[in-house]
Amino acid sequence: MRWNQADTDALITVMSEQVASLYDAAPPLLVGIQSGGAWVASALRARLPVEPPIGSLDVSFYRDDFDTRGLKRSVKPSDLPFEVDGAHLLLVDDVLMTGRTIRAAMNELFDFGRPASIRLAVMFDIGHRELPIRPDICGETLALPPHQRVELFGPAPLTAEIRDIRPEE
Amino acid sequence: MTLAPPPSSRVQLTEDGKLRHFLSVEHLPRSLLEDILDTAASFVDVGGRAIKKVPLLRGKTVVNLFFESSTRTRSTFELAAKRLSADVLNLDIAKSATSKGETLLDTLRNLEAMAADMFVVRHQDSGAPFFIANEVTPRVAVINAGDGRHAHPTQAMLDMYTIRHYKGGFAGLRVAIVGDILHSRVARSQIHALNILGAEEVRLIGPRTLLPTDVEQLGVTVFTDMAQGLKDVDVVIMLRLQKERMDSALLPSEGEFFRLYGLNNEKLRHARPDAIVMHPGPINRGVEIASEVADGPRSVILNQVTFGIAVRMAVMSMTISGQESNPDHGGDHGR
Repeated sequence: MRWNQADTDALITVMSEQVASLYDAAPPLLVGIQSGGAWVASALRARLPVEPPIGSLDVSFYRDDFDTRGLKRSVKPSDLPFEVDGAHLLLVDDVLMTGRTIRAAMNELFDFGRPASIRLAVMFDIGHRELPIRPDICGETLALPPHQRVELFGPAPLTAEIRDIRPEE
Repeated sequence: MTLAPPPSSRVQLTEDGKLRHFLSVEHLPRSLLEDILDTAASFVDVGGRAIKKVPLLRGKTVVNLFFESSTRTRSTFELAAKRLSADVLNLDIAKSATSKGETLLDTLRNLEAMAADMFVVRHQDSGAPFFIANEVTPRVAVINAGDGRHAHPTQAMLDMYTIRHYKGGFAGLRVAIVGDILHSRVARSQIHALNILGAEEVRLIGPRTLLPTDVEQLGVTVFTDMAQGLKDVDVVIMLRLQKERMDSALLPSEGEFFRLYGLNNEKLRHARPDAIVMHPGPINRGVEIASEVADGPRSVILNQVTFGIAVRMAVMSMTISGQESNPDHGGDHGR
């Protein structure tokens, strides 16, 4: 299964409508998780009536699998060009599965300050959760067998496809 | 004890090319040095946060094993480990166990029994960190924090970080290293790193008595005159003149050295107008560098210290990561 640019556009539209219904006053500050989440966050931002400030997180230093997997080869600096204290944040990722990345991202956000609220937006929710985390905003929910994942390609064009996982994953 | 460094730094890398120990930049691939600099860039930003800590090495124990005293290097390693959430033990061995007759190996075995995950080693003998890296149990990473006249790789990498930060890269760069090259492990590591990263030209400037005899083999150009050596360079790295060397017959006097090789604004005029001035510290004002330069607009000496913490965080997390993912060392060794 594949999603081309028009398909991901449609998912971004679904997500932006949910943003509008959840935040009636001011839009939230967007925080995209590197790298797929950052692409989704910037596509989502372009679709909102008022473009809110946007930042990005690389959660490599906060992951719980450092002991077994080590450090990722290319870690990008986290960039939050706004005050986290007291802010309403919308955390954006491409694919939600176990919830461990989101746990790591929330820990990292709290090292920058104490946000007023954090909500979660994902383009795809593929199930197999291992932590009590659920999305507030979701483009599409998929029921995938354990050996399959959704992979996002971007930033432009933004496309996605389902593939079988490699043995080392 | 004299320990010659082994010819190859194979001990530093895992089979799939990841950093397992960090003992010398010599023979390391360019891509790995660039990985260190890129990873350090992410850690620089951690220093600017409300909470200057990431949980990466939570539960790990880092032992600073200093056989030769050092305040600055030890404290930046300590701070780097603490910002990675590791527990840190500082051991000033010069004053403790070995002076009671314990051998280096016995000291090591004792520290391993305390379940240390990393040794940061400074030793007056060249090659000592290699010896330790070969002797430690698998899963313990070793970082060289300066050995004899041989190497000081984390200092060289923080200098490379500083150069890349201000100059954008190494292509086309002319870098001058000035002063006591002969006794400087920092200079040796810098020369290797600059050549691996592709600097255009590395120049060494100093009196003949303070230059190693076979130094041209390292791929450098040698000058004994500051005006000629500094002409059109992009980066000037001043080395500390170690006062204890002054007693030997290698140098006339501090005043004479400063007149010939001390960096002041007048000599700096020969370098490019946008040249930066670096120094590994601690600086001797009026001996190798004038205050007008050390405190001047082109000095990046204090920025080097800030970047040094991030570079050490990068090397610490990469070596621990290399130990964890090393297929040879899959067992848990009773921990």
